[in-house]
Amino acid sequence: MNHFEIIVIGGGHAGLEAAVAAANMGCSVGLLTMDKHAIGRMSCNPAIGGTAKGHLVREVDALGGVMGKIADKTGIQFRMLNKSKGPAVWSPRCQSDRKLYSEEAYNIANSTNNLSIVEANITRILIENKKIIGVGTIDNKDFTCSALILSSGTFLNGKMHIGLTSTKGGRFGEQPSTGITQSLIDLGFESGRLKTGTPPRLKKDSINWDILEEQPGDKNPQPFSYSTDLSKFPFLPQLSCHITYTNMKVHKILEKGFEQSPMFTGRIKGIGPRYCPSIEDKIVRFADKEKHQLFLEPEGLDSEQIYVNGFSSSLPEEIQFEALKNIKGLEECEMIRPGYAVEYDFFPPHQVDLTLETKLIEGLYFAGQINGTSGYEEAAAQGILAGINAANKIQGKPNFVLKRSEAYIGVLIDDLVNKSTEEPYRMFTSRAEYRLLLRQDNADRRLSSYGFNFNLIDENKNKKIAEREILINECIKLFHNIKIHARDINNLLEKNNSPLLDSTGSIAKLSKRAELNLKDLIQFIDVNTHKIVKNLVSDKIAFEQVEIELKYEGYIKRQQELINKFEKYESANIPLSLNYLTLNALSAEGKEKLNRIKPRSIGQASRISGVTPSDISILLVYLKK
Amino acid sequence: MDKIQSDDTIAAIATPSGVGAISIIRVSGPLAVSATDTIFSGKSKLIDSHTHTIHYGNILDSNNNIVDDVLVSVFKAPNSYTGEDSVEISTHGSSFISQKIIKLLLENNVRLAEPGEFTKRAFLNGKIDLAQAEAVADVINSRTEASLKGARNQLDGLLSQKVKSLREMLINTSSLVELELDFAEEDVEFIQFNELQKRTDSIINEIDLLLNSYSFGKVVRDGVNVALVGLTNVGKSSLLNYFLKEARAIVSKTPGTTRDVIREEVSINGILFRLYDTAGIRISEDEIEKEGVIRSREVIKNSDLILFINDVEQDYPYDLFEELITLNKQENIINVLNKIDLNKETKIKSDIKVSALTGEGINDLFNLMKIKVFGSSNYSEKNAVVSNLRHYNCLKKAKESLIEANNSISSKMSGEFIAVDLRNAENNLSEIIGEVTSDDILNNIFTKFCIGK
Repeated sequence: MNHFEIIVIGGGHAGLEAAVAAANMGCSVGLLTMDKHAIGRMSCNPAIGGTAKGHLVREVDALGGVMGKIADKTGIQFRMLNKSKGPAVWSPRCQSDRKLYSEEAYNIANSTNNLSIVEANITRILIENKKIIGVGTIDNKDFTCSALILSSGTFLNGKMHIGLTSTKGGRFGEQPSTGITQSLIDLGFESGRLKTGTPPRLKKDSINWDILEEQPGDKNPQPFSYSTDLSKFPFLPQLSCHITYTNMKVHKILEKGFEQSPMFTGRIKGIGPRYCPSIEDKIVRFADKEKHQLFLEPEGLDSEQIYVNGFSSSLPEEIQFEALKNIKGLEECEMIRPGYAVEYDFFPPHQVDLTLETKLIEGLYFAGQINGTSGYEEAAAQGILAGINAANKIQGKPNFVLKRSEAYIGVLIDDLVNKSTEEPYRMFTSRAEYRLLLRQDNADRRLSSYGFNFNLIDENKNKKIAEREILINECIKLFHNIKIHARDINNLLEKNNSPLLDSTGSIAKLSKRAELNLKDLIQFIDVNTHKIVKNLVSDKIAFEQVEIELKYEGYIKRQQELINKFEKYESANIPLSLNYLTLNALSAEGKEKLNRIKPRSIGQASRISGVTPSDISILLVYLKK
Repeated sequence: MDKIQSDDTIAAIATPSGVGAISIIRVSGPLAVSATDTIFSGKSKLIDSHTHTIHYGNILDSNNNIVDDVLVSVFKAPNSYTGEDSVEISTHGSSFISQKIIKLLLENNVRLAEPGEFTKRAFLNGKIDLAQAEAVADVINSRTEASLKGARNQLDGLLSQKVKSLREMLINTSSLVELELDFAEEDVEFIQFNELQKRTDSIINEIDLLLNSYSFGKVVRDGVNVALVGLTNVGKSSLLNYFLKEARAIVSKTPGTTRDVIREEVSINGILFRLYDTAGIRISEDEIEKEGVIRSREVIKNSDLILFINDVEQDYPYDLFEELITLNKQENIINVLNKIDLNKETKIKSDIKVSALTGEGINDLFNLMKIKVFGSSNYSEKNAVVSNLRHYNCLKKAKESLIEANNSISSKMSGEFIAVDLRNAENNLSEIIGEVTSDDILNNIFTKFCIGK
């Protein structure tokens, strides 16, 4: 078959989510990849989640995506990061079995109805009247489609560097994808070049584990996915990571290789991420730091490979090896393969809309690293959004855009479109101005109704979530009304060093005290009068929601007020046809930026750097034409 | 485009700044009428009145003192400029009165309008068409261009410099908080609670200094009201004339010639002094003079400074001095002894000795006036000074947010709760200088800390 309603190019984390979502929404989908066994392959670290990234995985899962499910099934260590802090910054993370992860991803893609996996090397994009009509392969075969999702990762003109040697390729041992970039530039797109890197892999048996600090997983691991069966979780035996450090001698050795560094000699033109620097970058920029922390991460249950997290490098192989051998625990190490840097083409993301459809070509969507992001989770988030929007378009349904106040996914795409990006973009919790509301624990409450509407979540699960929502809200209301008498509770307060009550206090109010928890307080409720409390106690998830919402009510309310304040600007739409260049009153920079990005709402316009508050006022005045 | 329903009520002075015969305050939004009602006392409640009606009455402050007698026009939605419930309060043309009324409104759930906000609302509610909107946009734009060209005075530049540096301090502090949230796994040192509190405290102190400068800033912008008071024939008008170096008020030897309050403005070292030559305060049978006396009392009440003028030929009028103290404050009074050119011996109380005839001592008087107005504080044109009510309110909000942040710090809340208020404070500061970029904190972290495993 040579026609699909939707074609997805690339089977990485973005492509997989896009293809599965669109197929589950009823579209015929062709997932075109150069190697079908590379679907869901983890090119860099064998881990899913982490600060803010874990939030993204939970959101993708709440929408009905697959990343969380695969991670749960193939995880070999689960940790909730930031557990000592408040719930808004708790972030789930896991180490994955690299091989099993990609096998599971293939199985899911392969067993999804309406989804065909096709091995093909695409070199051309076919359009007619600024509309997508298909793609062409390197051996001159054509596929036709109504929508195309381009999620080609680091493969567009990919070039790998180790020392002064460079080879063409998107990933170790894999060919690059050529032709697509030129095809897009010919259509009028602007491209750029980014760089990322990966550390060396070591042989497990060659490391002296006994002298290294161990970092085990959580005692009570928690899954990413809301649909994972807790009784079977975790599915695999659990492993530890280990920690070691570089030292001054290691730094000296690395410095010897600087003359042959593709970075320092200017051979690499792409811009790398500042939050994920190579080891050589770290020792130059933070010269006074005597050691840098490294994590030795297992790549799988049966894998011989160990991933040296923190030691990303593109220095010559022998320098990397010599330096590693001077690190505690690695004295006798065997290097399976060195770290390398990879340069690839991306398309600055101001060229896409909030639906991830390009502004230039109708029916063409970009998702993942092609938009300048880094990370599996950022890719998956864009993938599912692009998949949903492409399917909606084909089925004549409205666009699906998540707001910044709704989801990290909304923050991610809004940032990309409005600010574009010059370095690989990574999610951080500090990017979300409504962080206290966008918690990983309430992702399903925020997003699963969307997933259900798109047929990505089954009815039973949706019903369960809706019922739980009622339970949560009724309990919160109830706890505001139930008052505990001083004579009943003062003993407990005294025991917990909490100020005593004079008369009564509501459960809601008392639960705000740091030294008290909801569990202690509901002892004072007569559960026969308030049967609903029984239901709450038996639902761990609902209980946690109620406790968080009550404890941080004041802060949550303040954030909600901020959202309400800006809401009217977010819903004040700007027609895409507006010609900013004719609005003489706008500042010169504002005019240029607005014209470039073409924001959909006043709220979006106000976040574009270079657009001033007075530009916004002028825009508001002009808008009602 | 969807119709935007404003849920808050805004107010601003609608007439140009500076002194005119009347000044108009415009209030718009759902609470416009009821908020005005709470500070207005007239024959009937405004809320019960019809649209397009005018009401006479008084604006009262929280102690029920009359601020001004005013005319209030009521416009009910949708028949108003903005399309919302609106009120226009016409007051006497004094920036002091208008600002005071604005402050009273702000205490009643009304907030200060952003520049152009009335027009924005009018436009959004479909009250003005494109042509009108364009006209307004041009005005907004021309203002922006003016400020781009640096036409605004130097004080604004100093203030934004200061606010920028405070914002930078805040961003540095936020970075330390965020570092621990987003990079907990990294091998970097995190900030301690007491160090954090030290930093927020020092920012609060700096903001306090700026807030305190508001009265100075007001003086710089609005000028200083100075009343010249004294018995008849002590030389008030002569002194005023000397100030002006041109005869405006009639100076004669017959007491009581200055029958009305005469006002003149002089600029001394860049500061505007508004001089009011009052009629002598004394019992008079003359109807016109009686009127003058009443006005003189008003002037004295509203003055920032009183030059109490006596001459070497008369005794010190203690009763008049007592009366001045009841009308104003003792510390605002400068005792000026005039006519020292007559070379007469006198033991009369004085802070400064001058001759309006020869000009002797006048410069010393100027200096004394300056010191009186600005106190011993170090404010000068070289300091950042807040002179604009909107800026003042932004700073106040920033301070409130920082106090909230301090509360979270002292109750040992996790960083993300502290960050909420630090971010709000930063936004408030950014509103003053019109810079809002959320990437500054991350950029700062990437520059200063070795991040990335």
